[in-house]
Amino acid sequence: MAIRSIPKNSLGIPTTAPPLLKLRDIVKSFPGVVANDHVSLEVQAGEIHALLGENGAGKTTLMNILYGLYRPDSGHIFIKGEEVHIRSPRDAIAHGIGMVHQHFKLVYPHTVAENVALGLAGTPFWQPARVVERGLKELSERYGLPVDPRARVWQLSAGEQQRVEILKALYRGAEILILDEPTSVLTPQETAELFKVLSRMKQEGHAVIFITHKLGEVMEVADRVTVMRRGKVVGTLPTAETDKGSLARMMVGREVVFRLSKGECHPGEEALVVEDLHALSDRGIPALRGVSFTVRRGEILGIAGVAGNGQHELVEVITGLRRAQRGRITILGEDLTNRSARRMADAGVAHIPEERLRMGIVPGMSVEDNLILKKHHRRPFSRGPLLQLRKVHAFAKRVIEEYDIMTPSPRTPAKLLSGGNIQRLILARELSGQPGLVVAAHPTYGLDVGATEQIRQLLIRQRDAGVGVLLVSEDLEEIMTLSDRIAVMFGGEIMGVVSAGEASLAEIGLMMAGERRQAQEPR
Amino acid sequence: MKRFGPFLFERRLAPPRSVVLGVSMLAVMLALLVGAAIFAGYGVNPWHAYATIGKSTLGSRYGLMEILRRAIPLLLCGVGLVIAFRAQFWNIGAEGQLLAGAVAATGMALFSGIPGPWLLPAMFGAGFFAGATWGMVPAFLKVKLRVNDVISTLMMNYVMIYIVEWLIHGPWKGPTMRGFAYTDTFPKAAWLPTLPLSRVHWPTLLIGVVAAILVALILNRTRLGYEIRVVGESEGAARYAGINFLRVSLWVMILSGGLAGLAGVGEVAGIHHKLLSPTQVSMGYGYTAIIVAWLARGSPVVAIVTSLLFGLIFAAGDVIKTVLRMPFQVTGVFNGLILFFLIGVELLMYWRVRLASRGERWTGKAGSSGS
Repeated sequence: MAIRSIPKNSLGIPTTAPPLLKLRDIVKSFPGVVANDHVSLEVQAGEIHALLGENGAGKTTLMNILYGLYRPDSGHIFIKGEEVHIRSPRDAIAHGIGMVHQHFKLVYPHTVAENVALGLAGTPFWQPARVVERGLKELSERYGLPVDPRARVWQLSAGEQQRVEILKALYRGAEILILDEPTSVLTPQETAELFKVLSRMKQEGHAVIFITHKLGEVMEVADRVTVMRRGKVVGTLPTAETDKGSLARMMVGREVVFRLSKGECHPGEEALVVEDLHALSDRGIPALRGVSFTVRRGEILGIAGVAGNGQHELVEVITGLRRAQRGRITILGEDLTNRSARRMADAGVAHIPEERLRMGIVPGMSVEDNLILKKHHRRPFSRGPLLQLRKVHAFAKRVIEEYDIMTPSPRTPAKLLSGGNIQRLILARELSGQPGLVVAAHPTYGLDVGATEQIRQLLIRQRDAGVGVLLVSEDLEEIMTLSDRIAVMFGGEIMGVVSAGEASLAEIGLMMAGERRQAQEPR
Repeated sequence: MKRFGPFLFERRLAPPRSVVLGVSMLAVMLALLVGAAIFAGYGVNPWHAYATIGKSTLGSRYGLMEILRRAIPLLLCGVGLVIAFRAQFWNIGAEGQLLAGAVAATGMALFSGIPGPWLLPAMFGAGFFAGATWGMVPAFLKVKLRVNDVISTLMMNYVMIYIVEWLIHGPWKGPTMRGFAYTDTFPKAAWLPTLPLSRVHWPTLLIGVVAAILVALILNRTRLGYEIRVVGESEGAARYAGINFLRVSLWVMILSGGLAGLAGVGEVAGIHHKLLSPTQVSMGYGYTAIIVAWLARGSPVVAIVTSLLFGLIFAAGDVIKTVLRMPFQVTGVFNGLILFFLIGVELLMYWRVRLASRGERWTGKAGSSGS
């Protein structure tokens, strides 16, 4: 695992030299949020610096400012001690900054060399890629980035495409390389390869900024780590002087923001039984490898874990949107393995989807129409082939009031509502049908404090009414406050299940990093 | 919000109706303006040209009837395309579906032997069925094999064009036609009645208007219409809601192709009374109907108005040819100009433009915060 044998500060840069990169008091606000609140950061040459934080902590915003994609409201950027003004990615590249985005910016039908040549100054008019090819060969040997310059990008795996992005930055002379969640699309083997390349770059004197929310990776490759939370820097530490547990605490913050009145849990019969579930991801890689657990009526089971460890696929299989390769799903006593999404919904499964705007609502249709989605084909909203518009209208009026959806009228297009109201709309629709099981994926992600609290209350009310709730969230604090039991996923498997009362953040953090729980699972 | 020079562009998520109407009118006006330049280039005074066209179409009974006659196939095809476009199914194949209907109607008229009063209903039934079948093929291909709908529907047009050519040169070539590439003339029982002293085959017109109203009801008040709208607005939400794509796509193309098929029946039974060269049967109605549907912006009832507008352009084409001595193809230029400007002014519908006041600065795109 560890590639930490490489000595720190291998170039022996004296500490008195100005840092390669320094950000001071960067402020950036978007309507309604301060994404970066006086953020300061120093990165040395020959260092891998991890930027750690939850979704929405402000990591990507900060790096987009550094790369010239956003302009800061205030603050200063220094490179080698000199202040610079970065107005566009072109400026950033000129200052030796390269960025590898989470979603690659490549032209897929073109070759590797053509992608590198694109937008490059000083290439000849005819066959610019030819000139690039030679340079690419040399670079890829020096950094251990094997890739065929004449291969077409669409034929490459995600790992290889990422190499192209890194080569693109290196070819442009990047001294500072920013990698935004580079491992989210990689297999473990590709990740190990990437880490070797990063170490190599460090030896060559480059600085690498590594954006992540995975604790394990920070400990594995980074020399120092800066933790961000809610737009602020919590602290910067050498990785040698910290551990996963304390990093997890810094990331999540110790204070509990919401005091939720939550009564005792009275688990009833089984609402959802998942046995030995296997499924593939969109890319055809095993995403679930033998997942088993039970959710009872009247309890909330929280699924914790860093993104991309199979939670997304798990939710899709349970709601009928993805096929299981093996295993069994029993919902409210009925075997519903691999049944259609409509069948699952009809059986009483409510689904609060991860992608609210892309899946949860039909943006161009009215609030009213959106409120009957998934139920439009059943009574009372349909009789034979006809919609019962009067019933739809009455229903919409009732739940808009009940769930406090702020909308000018039931006929307003749903896309005009605010994020919180869109989520209320989805909850109103999903919870009003008296479901037996609620599957909630990241239900409060990106919402403001008020909406968050209200939506958490709604989920607890469901549980108290005897509904089984499966809560998937990357927000550990949310998992800890809401759940009665917590299961932790890693690499498509459940690392362990703990009851919320006995769970410690450190223990959950360890399981999130892939350590299996030692003690017996309480069933 | 974006800034170009002194202008600020503000994103508008749902344009109000008045804006949609105004912007659409602006597109038509711009097309007429460029059209004026074309007339001038031809040496025809544009004022004189538009005045002549106005007088000979809107100003006379004959002209009005010609507008109606041209609007009939445009209306039927256009309403069908409205359904398809609402489901984001890009049916470019109304031309082929129209011809399929014409072929089926011809087959019924010449070879079925169905007696008198039942013949016309049988022809309409067969025409709908043929158009629907021709439309279902791309629906299957799209859902099952992910074949691009634009390409498949467009290509199917050419297949049908050559089927018609083959029929009129080969097996269906009329023995009484002295070597011309026509079928025999239909028996009188297969002729649609027309309004007196005109070529307006009113039963087809009636079917078109009823179809527009029915389709509006289907879209807004039925389960199927609801599902069509969901599929068209958001594929992700449709999948999430467990809507069956194959079922919805097939229904969409049955209706869309079927209505185009009815238009084909109207043309052969109402006007030509025989099957003849595809360019004479249709004159590109299936393609012009794309603009009719686009201009109607998803409303089948508005398609009644827009099909009349394009009926006017076709009727104007006759005037341009006979009175102004310019080629009939000028209608194609007008159709093209209108579509061009319609798509061009779309920007104005979703962006509010205003002059920037001093001190307002570029705020960048408000993206997501955090990773």
